[in-house]
Parts: sequence; C-alpha cells; structure tokens
Amino acid sequence: MRNALHIAWRDIRSVFVSPIAYVVLTGFVLLAGWFFFNLLGQFNRYVASYASIPNYDSSWLNLNDAVLAPLIQNLGVVLLIVIPMTTMRSFAEERSVGTYELLFTSPVRVAEIVAGKFLAGVFLVTSMVGLSLMYPAILLWFGNPEPGLVFSGYLGLWLTAVSFVAIGNFTSSLTSNQIIAAVAGIVLLLLLFVINWAAEGAAEPWRSVLLYLSVTENLTGLVRGVIDTRNLVYFGSLIGVFLFLTHRAVESARWK
Amino acid sequence: MIEVKQLKKHYGAFEAVKGVSFSVATGQACGFLGPNGAGKTTTMRVITGYMPATSGTVTVEGFDVFENSFEVRKRIGYLPEQPPLYLEMRVTAYLDHVARLKGVPRARIAEQRDRVISECALEKMAGRLCGHLSKGYRQRVGLAQALIHDPQVLILDEPTIGLDPAQIIEIRELIRSLATERTVILSTHILPEVAQICQKVVIINEGRVALEAEMAELTRDGSLEDEYLKYVSGEAHALEPAAGSPVEDGPDA
Repeated sequence: MRNALHIAWRDIRSVFVSPIAYVVLTGFVLLAGWFFFNLLGQFNRYVASYASIPNYDSSWLNLNDAVLAPLIQNLGVVLLIVIPMTTMRSFAEERSVGTYELLFTSPVRVAEIVAGKFLAGVFLVTSMVGLSLMYPAILLWFGNPEPGLVFSGYLGLWLTAVSFVAIGNFTSSLTSNQIIAAVAGIVLLLLLFVINWAAEGAAEPWRSVLLYLSVTENLTGLVRGVIDTRNLVYFGSLIGVFLFLTHRAVESARWK
Repeated sequence: MIEVKQLKKHYGAFEAVKGVSFSVATGQACGFLGPNGAGKTTTMRVITGYMPATSGTVTVEGFDVFENSFEVRKRIGYLPEQPPLYLEMRVTAYLDHVARLKGVPRARIAEQRDRVISECALEKMAGRLCGHLSKGYRQRVGLAQALIHDPQVLILDEPTIGLDPAQIIEIRELIRSLATERTVILSTHILPEVAQICQKVVIINEGRVALEAEMAELTRDGSLEDEYLKYVSGEAHALEPAAGSPVEDGPDA
C-alpha cells in the first residue's frame, strides 16, 4: 500500500507542477460558474413572474430543485468529457515514454500500481468537485436551500467523478496512445450515461437492468436527496469492476 | 549470478528468443552482443522480470525470476534502452522516487541518492528537470536510477549510447569498478567497449546463442571483431562449446 501512495503522490505532483491541473480546475469552475449564474437568473425570473399570480402553489420553485439539481446534472456531463482527458495519461504515457519498464521491474505489485494511479485521479477530481462547492456555498450563505440535499447531490457527483476515473484509467491501460485512451473513455462514459434511453421500449427484466446500469438514473436518485444503498452499490461496483479490469489489462499486456 | 536455461519468448506467432542458455558468475561482466533484432532486449526484459518467458527458466542470485519475482527485482538494477525518466521531474526528486519504489529504507534514501549522483557525475544537473537534460545526461540519470538500491546484478542496455568520449571513458570505468563485486550484463554494439570491460562474451543471433566464451579465450586467436563477424554472418549458427561451461542448446534446440 505504501507503494501505491508513492505512485499516487508522484502522479499528483506531475499534474500539479504542470499547467494541466490549473487548466482543468479553472475550466471546470468557470463552466460551473456559467451554469450557476444562468440557473440563478432563470430562478429569479420565475420567482418574479409567478409571485404575481394570486394563490399559486410555488412549492416547486425552490433553490434545490431549480438551481442545485440542474447544476449537478450539468456538471456530471462536463466531468464526462474532462475526466477521460485527465486520465488518458495514467498508463498510456508511461508506456510510450518507457517508464513502464521502471515500474514493472521494481518490487511493486500490479495492484499497487493500479491503486496508485486511481488515487491520483481521485485526488484531482475531488479538487474539481470540491472547488465547485463554492456555488452551493453561495446559496447556503444568501439563501435557504436544504443542506441535506446539497450533501447527497454532491455525494452523487463525487461518486460519479470517481467512477469516471476508474473507467478512464481502464481505457488508458489498454493502449500507449493517449488520444485513443481519451476517445475510448468518453465513448464508454457517454454510453453509460444514455444506456437508459433503450429502457423505454424494452421488456421487463431488461428495462430494469438498463435503468440500473445508467449513471444518470443513479445520480438522479442522489440529487433528489434519496441516499439509497442501491445507488451506492452501483457506484461502488462500477469502481470495483473497472479497477479489476484495469488490473487484468495491465497484467495480460505483459504476457503478450 | 545469473543463469538462463532454455529461454524461449514468443510474441504471438513470432519467436523472438528460441532457446537461449548462458550463465554469468558473480564478479563477472558479460558482454551481450548480437545484431539488431537478435533478441537481446527481449532476453534482458525476461531476466529483469519485466515480462514472463514463454518457456525456460531464469535464476538471479539463486531466485527464480518467475517464482520469486520480487526477490529478483530487489537485486537487479536495470537500465533499459530508453532511460525510464519522468521528464517533468527534477533529477533529485526522480531518484528519490525510484529509491522509494525499489524499497530503499526511508532513512537511507538521501544518502543513496547522493552516492549515485556523485558516481554518475550528475552534481551540476541535480536540480534540473529530466526533460531539459541532453541525451548523455539522461543516459547517466538512467544509470543512476539503476544503481540507487545498490543492486547485486546490473543489466545495462547500451549504457554509453549518446555520451561524449570523456563521459564514455568515465562510465566504462564506473561499470568496470561496479563489476568487481557484482554481476553485470552489458549489451552494446561497441565491441572495443566489451573488450575493455568484460571478462565474458555471449553473442546471440536470430534468437539463439551463437557463442558463449571467456574473453581471454576468445581474443587469443584474433580480435573480437573478427570473432563477432564469424558468428553473426551467414553460417553463424554453428556453436562452439565454451571453455568451462557446458552448452546445452544446439542449433536445433
């Protein structure tokens, strides 16, 4: 486990001494700010126009449903594009640069390498998701959103991000070409995002399976404020399965 | 001590190494020669544990590379053909990182790093980024990382490539001094280098051992160049038993 931390620390440093981390963090926070600004503007307009209607039930018009929920859903889509671009280096670069030979002739287990790369990715996405917490913080400061919903929604966003790291690292472990790793990662994530589209026309056992497999469905549950074990198990298994597949991919490449 | 027995390695349908056997004793530097594509790098990658063999065994310091991979890895320093540098790291930070990976105790990391920096004459470059170094210096940092855990066995894939003449002489001296207590395999295309540093020569060609001999025996009747060309060109497969070490594989092995 110590080795995993050494590898993670090296990767984190290499991202934070280069402009990569700052470009990614700035871009993410900037986009999140744009979403937040516009959602809040829309919320204000709605409040202004519906307030003039007498006896109107405006309970749906609250900061959680009108601002936070769409903000988190939109950030999920941004993560889908950004994370594969940050994870594409993880294995592919080491292969093409030749440091792979150093790693695999050192007394370090494959599992430690995979864990190290994963932890480094988790660190970066946690910084991203963490920085974007400034927007809910603004709401909590000036408004009155439900704090529990902020927590469960952000838990969902963070779990989504961490699962995306596991998937991005997996596609990176398959190739020495970083562009292939990134594109394959985005395609795979996008498929997981929209796999529930097929559920509408599907017969029953498949309908539930397709719905359960989709990131969107599981994220939506958490954004609505329901911390269901089903959703947690979903993200947990997504991470576990892709860490396992990465381990297998790295190990089998040595035998070819 | 390195013992390679009947080593075979296939990449898919391609047989890169077709039954190679040789041994290198402790305190010996072995020149590992052969034309490009002969299987040198593949053989070295198997010895270092980077990739498993298709068949055959390799033991390093008495440990099987496949069964006791970690024991072998702790005892081997390996300089691959392309020095495995993280270009965005400074030389000292890089060497510290390698030391941690190789399992050097935390208290000894600084000491070992300073030792290899002075052995490889990297003092002036210690604070530079690896990516800003010239080819020769990158090669020296590559050699430094191979030495950082004070390994018993050194596997060097073309260590003097890209160095200037003065550096070549220094590095040769260093390798020669290292070889007195260690086992060294030195792959190179520079035959005089082998003649200067090594006590033993293994020539491989087309995935087979073409010659395994003591340097003294080999250069008694002629120059190393003549011998090399004899074994590598045309009817090179004929195998002469080397003095003192029975050779198990013939051309048909």
